[in-house]
Amino acid sequence: MESLEEIKARIEAAVPGAKIDIVTNGGPSQQHSLRVDNEHACDVAKWLRDDPALRLDFCSNVTGVDWLDRTVKKTVKVKKVVDGEEKEVNETTEEKIPGHIEAVYHLYSMTHKHGPVIIRIRTSDRVENACLPSLTPIWRSAEFQEREIFDLYGVKFDGHPDLRRILMWDEFEDYPMRKDYREPDDYEYEPTPHDDVLERAKPYYTPRPQIDGAESIVEGSKPT
Amino acid sequence: MSATVETLEAMERPPVSMGSRLEGELLEVSMGPQHPSTHGVFRMNVALEGEVVRKLKPVFGYLHRNHEKIGENVSYLGSMPYTDRLDYFCSMTNNWAYALSVEKLAGIEVPERAEYLRVILAELTRLQNHASLLGFLLNDMGAWGTPLMYAFREREKILDLFESLSGSRMMCDYMRFGGCRVDASREWLAYAKKIVDRFPRFVDELEQLIVGNEVVIARTQNVGNVSPELAVSAGITGPMLRACGVNYDVRKVDGYGFYPRFKFRIPLGEHGDTYDRLMMRVLEMGESVGILKQAFEQIPAGPIINPKVKIRAFRPPVGEAYGRIEAPKGELGFYLISDGGTNPYRYRVRPPSFINLTILEDMCLGHTVADVMVILGSIDIVMGEVDR
Repeated sequence: MESLEEIKARIEAAVPGAKIDIVTNGGPSQQHSLRVDNEHACDVAKWLRDDPALRLDFCSNVTGVDWLDRTVKKTVKVKKVVDGEEKEVNETTEEKIPGHIEAVYHLYSMTHKHGPVIIRIRTSDRVENACLPSLTPIWRSAEFQEREIFDLYGVKFDGHPDLRRILMWDEFEDYPMRKDYREPDDYEYEPTPHDDVLERAKPYYTPRPQIDGAESIVEGSKPT
Repeated sequence: MSATVETLEAMERPPVSMGSRLEGELLEVSMGPQHPSTHGVFRMNVALEGEVVRKLKPVFGYLHRNHEKIGENVSYLGSMPYTDRLDYFCSMTNNWAYALSVEKLAGIEVPERAEYLRVILAELTRLQNHASLLGFLLNDMGAWGTPLMYAFREREKILDLFESLSGSRMMCDYMRFGGCRVDASREWLAYAKKIVDRFPRFVDELEQLIVGNEVVIARTQNVGNVSPELAVSAGITGPMLRACGVNYDVRKVDGYGFYPRFKFRIPLGEHGDTYDRLMMRVLEMGESVGILKQAFEQIPAGPIINPKVKIRAFRPPVGEAYGRIEAPKGELGFYLISDGGTNPYRYRVRPPSFINLTILEDMCLGHTVADVMVILGSIDIVMGEVDR
């Protein structure tokens, strides 16, 4: 199979306007990937599937990755005039890198038996615009896996034929695979009339005679 | 490879339009999750026209426990026993897929004997998985009990082997990064060889039960056809893909482990129907026996684990890796991202039977409710893996 640089050059020639970055992977597996911009993701995916030399017709794995907001601290030495003297002072600047959710597609070719080519698309942020183009029209195998990302990461896939929760139940509200997810104390908590009944019962409650010094269990009513 | 019985088929198959009084009226039925033939807690919302399926939506998640999140919160080795619980029929292949991915992530070499042991155990797993699947499938078709018990008799022998090696019948937790946990003694190998040598007798017996059986042919031929194009697009893998005639086996394509050293063939189907899917399993069992015989002859002496791999505070370098193997049910993959810590930053399982379920609706449309059970059985799903 050709190298990622060649694939990138050919995509940029075939799909005008597509912005492709090579994401290098420093680990021993050396599985580098291509980051594709959201507007051209569908065209690029279609090209990858249909190109006769690549024929990446088998989308094996689709998954989401949550990257939280990060703050990177940079320390720079700056010359400043302090008390009339010129001194070198360390100045720290904080840079906020906004988080995003990434969808990673592992593509193989069943025709030519090569792969993987990994493409990644990312949302612009984690809260309001967690939207990505769906690649289900191109690879049917993404159907359930994109639904799973929607379910567990809360990414909306535009163009998905049937975007519903798949593993969690429909009434569930949060997205459990996000890194900042806090699990509820009680998954099945429902407000019961019990609390209201107690509240309404309070005025009619006659406090028990208390032993000296003991506090009453009902607020506001002191033992006489 | 599949003999068509035209007269029977013409008799048995209901015409797609049944011309019933209910025509045009759809009845929505919820099948499952406690239906005996759904192999666990799996539900299908089926819209029926008379007896014919017009729409089908699978519903699952009843066994969901967010395996991936748990995997992100424990150390790399801590997930190893939990992978047994994914596809609880094939814990050995689950272990291997996970170990393979971590080995890719951290660049770990595996000693030769360990690779042979892995091949032996994976193929034994394949034998027992396919045997019990065929038993369950015949059970679903109405052959109550007997074929299943035949299959379980053979499966039990293999599970005994697993138990004597790893200490557990189904939750083996046998593999480690860079090798295996315990060595197989010479006696164990001799005993395993004996069981494998006798296995073809059972395969032949089962084949005889299936191949010419009129009921099986009537219930499975031309039921749940999948075209190769749809199968490739939908990411179907394993015996289900090869039943459509697509020659794709990760053992051959990736050549992981020592599979390139063994001679074996990939059985291929023609029609992509349920009968072909059934026969794929029968034929693959024959090939697995062949691999096992070669492995027993070739297995060298030597260490079974790479001594350089740290057990405590195991920290793979920053990076990511996707490793996959040919599990009995299809391509099982693990995708791991390391941020240099002791826990994976992202731990993803690519379960084969979850993705094979994508085209359940396409296979069932136009067939009767009774066929849905057979089609579902032939996909070979395990809910521990589908729901994770």
